[in-house]
Amino acid sequence: MSNYRQMWLDLGLDLEAHDALLSILGSAYQDIFLSQKNRPEGMKYFDFVMSEVHGLRIKELMDAKAAGRIVVGSYCVFVPEELILAVDGVSVGLCAGAEFNFEGAEEVLPRNLCPLIKSAFGFKRGLVCPYVEASDIIVGENTCDGKKKAYEVLSPMVKDLYIIDLPQMKSDIGKMLLKGEYLKFMAKLEDASARKITAETLKKGIEITNGKRKAVKRLADLRKADPAPISGLDALLVNQVFFYDDPLRFTASVNALCDELEERVKKGEGVFPKGTTRVLMSGCPMAVPNWKVPLIIETSGAVIVGEESCVGERGTQWLTDVKGDTVAELLDNIIDRYFQIDCAVFTPNPSRVDHVKDMFDRYNAQGVIHYSLQFCHPYIVESGPVEAALEKASIPTLRLETDYSQEDAGQLKTRIEAFRERIEGK
Amino acid sequence: MRAAGIDIGSRTVKLVVVEGGATVLTRKALTSHDPLDAARTLISGVEYDVIVATGYGRHLIKEHLGCPVISEIKAFALGTKAIHPSCRVILDIGGQDTKAISLNDAGEMSKFEMNDKCAAGTGRFLEIMANALSYTLEEFSKAALTAESFEKINSMCTVFAESEVISLTAQGAKRHEVALGIHKAIVSRSIALLKRIAPSGEVFFAGGVALNKCVRTLIAEELSRPVVVPPDPQIVGAYGAALHGAALAGEKSYMRIVRGRDGENNV
Ligand code: SF4
Ligand code: SF4
Repeated sequence: MSNYRQMWLDLGLDLEAHDALLSILGSAYQDIFLSQKNRPEGMKYFDFVMSEVHGLRIKELMDAKAAGRIVVGSYCVFVPEELILAVDGVSVGLCAGAEFNFEGAEEVLPRNLCPLIKSAFGFKRGLVCPYVEASDIIVGENTCDGKKKAYEVLSPMVKDLYIIDLPQMKSDIGKMLLKGEYLKFMAKLEDASARKITAETLKKGIEITNGKRKAVKRLADLRKADPAPISGLDALLVNQVFFYDDPLRFTASVNALCDELEERVKKGEGVFPKGTTRVLMSGCPMAVPNWKVPLIIETSGAVIVGEESCVGERGTQWLTDVKGDTVAELLDNIIDRYFQIDCAVFTPNPSRVDHVKDMFDRYNAQGVIHYSLQFCHPYIVESGPVEAALEKASIPTLRLETDYSQEDAGQLKTRIEAFRERIEGK
Repeated sequence: MRAAGIDIGSRTVKLVVVEGGATVLTRKALTSHDPLDAARTLISGVEYDVIVATGYGRHLIKEHLGCPVISEIKAFALGTKAIHPSCRVILDIGGQDTKAISLNDAGEMSKFEMNDKCAAGTGRFLEIMANALSYTLEEFSKAALTAESFEKINSMCTVFAESEVISLTAQGAKRHEVALGIHKAIVSRSIALLKRIAPSGEVFFAGGVALNKCVRTLIAEELSRPVVVPPDPQIVGAYGAALHGAALAGEKSYMRIVRGRDGENNV
């Protein structure tokens, strides 16, 4: 890995802190992922990606930049990757999932803030995230109040922060706002990349993005089987890598993994014994390396069979229609597609519960674990009505609220075990 | 057939052995800094055919004895069902956790809530506050019961509440009124947890804090619902674990795996 040191230095990383981060990450990965039993061979690719997450992939970004392409970083699935690809840009997710340098984050942010935001700031201020440093444009979006206001604080720290405004209601006016914002974003991308978006490049962008989505949908579909052919942890990892990797290579690798899983399902093989209690996750996104709750669940005798989350189906379930001959038509398709995302920042947000119920049935789940990050008001507030609606439909539901620290691991384990006992007691 | 249940809590370890439906042995000890050692000492010399562990230290014992484990939530549900079969709502306030559990008509656990990760509103909280007021635990509850009015404690964070208590006494507040305020704070928090899962019905109150008379009185008052406290509220979890062991022992194939003490199966 040492051959990347110059690259990291050039990006302005703090090498000492960065070494520390990589070593923690490496050993966590070993303990959490590599120690799992019966892992599919196809996960080797993702192990490789993770081992090179700050190495080879960054090298690729630097090469792309050298070839005149722009790198666009973002924090939300409302930032349309299709448009970034249409200017031949590289799209990377910047959300962070580790309690790293929270002290540094708390120098500029209040303590009572969602850990996802604090983590992003911890990484930025600790100079340990090569993705942030390599980004030509960082796109913020007006979703929750925490992020919206934190972007104001982030703005002077990065070279080009671009904000997309988002509606809060699924109304006609809301849709018009989204359209106006996406049009502006297109102009921004064209300007920054000095490339024009044409029907042809946009179509290509849609096709590449749809390819990724189709691959992860295929993966999701295979998890219906009992025994589950892949662990929830590994499936989550694939969904996390979705945001970083080269899209075409990612798509091919997920499809190769799915070919293998199909064979497993045919033979009735899986990662846990047949009949293992099956749970569906729903709630806040889990960014790399946030594996805390899934790890506790899958070491407490249950298997995760789906994620209703932005790192999961809320982010990938809809494809963008590729029909249309003009940029305007294709852009309308993109707007239609993104306008369906049922994030809790919208009010009201009824389709989310419907999706949870639908996924519960589709993946033969036996219970739903609702996951909220501490201080994430949209999801915490919504968790009450979601739980009530699910229990009313006789779906056992457990609400968890936690952050990135390990201190509540014991309590979480107790709750998760009791929840499994509750399901199995039926 | 003797079935044992051991509940390794954050403050105390509890052991119960049942035989033929009756409790034949009960033991308790402080958890200390070494829960495994405390548990070992507690079970040494005790005869049993099967043992089930519960409580926050259950996995520690599992590694050591290779015994089955159940969560304390399930253990409390099982214990309560046996002690007070008609009750559908359980409140357990222990050393570091507060739990509210509701049971379905069959007496099986259905919903539960637990306090967030800090010690707010638990036995540990009471201990620290008693200490801040220079009371023993017993004096603390007694003194609070004599107070006619109370000082409101606003903070439920143990650290903040402690400094609140100190500044109240520094301002000349009466010690027993502060004590009552603290008891009221913990009770209102527990009641909120309870109401989230079970808005009505008789409450079975267990866990170490159920020994505190002031908390018991306040809970009954503020809930205006019948509150039942078992004769020994601390051992409900261990008792539930023992009952689970007895049920497991009913499955013969299972017994062959866990036995080995004398190799025979005399279930
Ligand atoms: S949860 Fe909402 S704000 Fe967060 S990534 Fe998803 S859509 Fe964006
Ligand atoms: S998890 Fe919640 S609070 Fe955190 S960034 Fe996302 S929407 Fe905002």
